[in-house]
Amino acid sequence: MKILVPVKRVPDPATTIRVLPDGSGIATDNVKWVINPFDEIALEEALRIKEKQGSGEVVLISVGQTAWQEQLRTGLAMGADRAILVKADSPLDTLAIARVIAKIASDEKPELIIIGKQAIDDDSNQVGQMVAELLGWPQATFASKVELADGKCTVVREVDGGLETIAFPLPAVITTDLRLNEPRYASLPGIMKARKKPLNELAADSLGVELAPKLKIKTLKTPEKRQAGRKVASVEELVQMLHTEAKVI
Amino acid sequence: MGDVLVYAEHRGGHFPKTTLIAVSAGLELARKRGGQCIAVLSGDGAAAAAAEIAKYGPSKVLVLEEPRLKHYLADAAAQALAGLVKKLGAETVLATATALGKDLMPRLAARMGAPMASEIIAINDDGTVVRPMYAGNALATIELDGPVRVVTVRGTAFDAAKPSASAAPIETVTPELDAAALKMEFVNFNEIKSDRQQLNEAKIVVSGGRGLKSGENFKTVLEPLVDELGAAMGASRAAVDAGFVPNDLQVGQTGKVVAPELYVAVGISGAIQHLAGMKDSKTIVAINKDEEAPIFGVADYGLVADLFKAVPEMVEAVKKLKH
Ligand SMILES: Cc1cc2nc3c(=O)[nH]c(=O)nc-3n(C[C@@H](O)[C@H](O)[C@H](O)COP(=O)(O)OP(=O)(O)OC[C@H]3O[C@@H](n4cnc5c(N)ncnc54)[C@H](O)[C@@H]3O)c2cc1C
Ligand SMILES: Cc1cc2nc3c(=O)[nH]c(=O)nc-3n(C[C@H](O)[C@H](O)[C@H](O)COP(=O)(O)OP(=O)(O)OC[C@H]3O[C@@H](n4cnc5c(N)ncnc54)[C@H](O)[C@@H]3O)c2cc1C
Repeated sequence: MKILVPVKRVPDPATTIRVLPDGSGIATDNVKWVINPFDEIALEEALRIKEKQGSGEVVLISVGQTAWQEQLRTGLAMGADRAILVKADSPLDTLAIARVIAKIASDEKPELIIIGKQAIDDDSNQVGQMVAELLGWPQATFASKVELADGKCTVVREVDGGLETIAFPLPAVITTDLRLNEPRYASLPGIMKARKKPLNELAADSLGVELAPKLKIKTLKTPEKRQAGRKVASVEELVQMLHTEAKVI
Repeated sequence: MGDVLVYAEHRGGHFPKTTLIAVSAGLELARKRGGQCIAVLSGDGAAAAAAEIAKYGPSKVLVLEEPRLKHYLADAAAQALAGLVKKLGAETVLATATALGKDLMPRLAARMGAPMASEIIAINDDGTVVRPMYAGNALATIELDGPVRVVTVRGTAFDAAKPSASAAPIETVTPELDAAALKMEFVNFNEIKSDRQQLNEAKIVVSGGRGLKSGENFKTVLEPLVDELGAAMGASRAAVDAGFVPNDLQVGQTGKVVAPELYVAVGISGAIQHLAGMKDSKTIVAINKDEEAPIFGVADYGLVADLFKAVPEMVEAVKKLKH
């Protein structure tokens, strides 16, 4: 089975984010860049499916700039077979990114697209659902368990108040939640092999899809920082304060 | 012009507080855009829920009637809603960013070629919206272009709509669905039953972290405090990952965002991803044995103590207070 896994380059989750004084973006000096953690989970799931089936191909796709090669190489080192980097010079909105991924999918014809539920920087939680609609495929968001049998897929989803199970035929889009699996690390032989794996580049504006963003980020600002309060010496004092000062109990 | 269509989520005829938040945000946006706020419902029990929602201020309530919408599924719901938006000529479609809202709205946006802003926390007079990014470390002011736009609202950022004396008219709409394009099938819903309050509705939330050390300790140490305070229970990702408590209790950037009157963090270090889900709470209490723990940086009251001693003491102290 061929599986397409979109990969986004994001600041390491441990990075302290600072908004630039002019509000045009965030400071990127001293930022360590990594694969979006939800995309690592997506890649791990794709690799496990391939290993279980004993055949297949896992293809990575990024819509970004030259520097994103770094994260694609990491994904190849984890075990993906090849990668596609669609280069875009100007910022794209979620719908444009989804259009690019859907266009590549209609050429590559994967049976599954496994994609992170949300990018931990922009936090939109949109691209997977958009790709599914653009292709007219079923979607299973927030997956915590995926089962494949006879061309049919059953997914357990993390929803409010419990777990929902849905089923559908392939091809389909699945978005990953935290509990789907624990991603592997790239091994040393994996890293060596990754250097020789194909990484093709093409230009976003050569795909014939609409790219102009309809969503524009005008400015960014730093939210007001919450001030730390004080330490209390005992449980007794704490409960007293909550009662008489904060008046919440 | 400027009409707002609010997708009013409900389960079997009952709607959560988050739905009233969507209605209230929809009313605010409609007022600022010079349009009407129209609520739409679908699925089992929609008629009963519609009769209730009609009392909360929308100009009109629509019920989508179609057997394929009985159980919510993204493909059918997006089709039905897109058809309705076209027919009504609505400018914005709005829902709260619940699991369902997050599942449905992007699909709908793609179907209509519309831009979408997720989890907005404010609507400016000029029509721009504000949303947090980078785990709440940045607030973006966003402009949406085009004849149709989609937004989800963050449940903590708007007050719930209030009931009024009059009720809006209710109409039934039969959507035309392209059945051949619908391939998703509902199998089952494994509800986690609890007598406690819902995380995003409670006035008080008590959350436990890895410091609790086991699921057993959540039951014997944390739950008595949760119940004594009449609170909802939450958890850090570490506690959920370790299997101490169910997934849907996770508070944070990639879990639920809450802002109760009182948030008590027990044995939680205060990673940025956790803070993103609770730092707008009115009063924050942290109980942690490490005085350097970052959670103290946002706590109004911090207690440096061993939770296994402090929490049972707190249960007793709260009991005493009540008598
Ligand atoms: C300087 C700057 C300016 C920007 N200006 C704008 C702007 O004007 N308008 C705007 O809408 N956005 C703008 N963005 C942000 C933008 O490019 C977002 O990354 C994009 O909107 C996608 O949102 P998301 O990552 O939150 O998607 P989500 O829906 O949260 O992502 C879900 C999943 O989609 C996949 N995915 C997302 N992006 C990519 C990608 N590029 N390549 C491969 N897979 C991907 C990943 O698998 C990810 O896990 C700007 C960003 C920067 C740095
Ligand atoms: C992609 C991604 C998404 C994430 N999303 C979320 C999210 O949504 N929500 C979330 O919470 N996290 C999230 N995280 C994880 C986050 O980064 C932290 O790892 C997590 O919040 C830590 O949980 P914790 O505070 O319970 O555990 P720890 O950081 O291990 O802290 C345990 C604390 O308990 C204290 N303690 C231990 N024993 C006692 C005792 N006897 N008495 C008192 N105190 C004690 C310790 O001093 C310590 O401060 C995410 C991470 C990533 C990478």
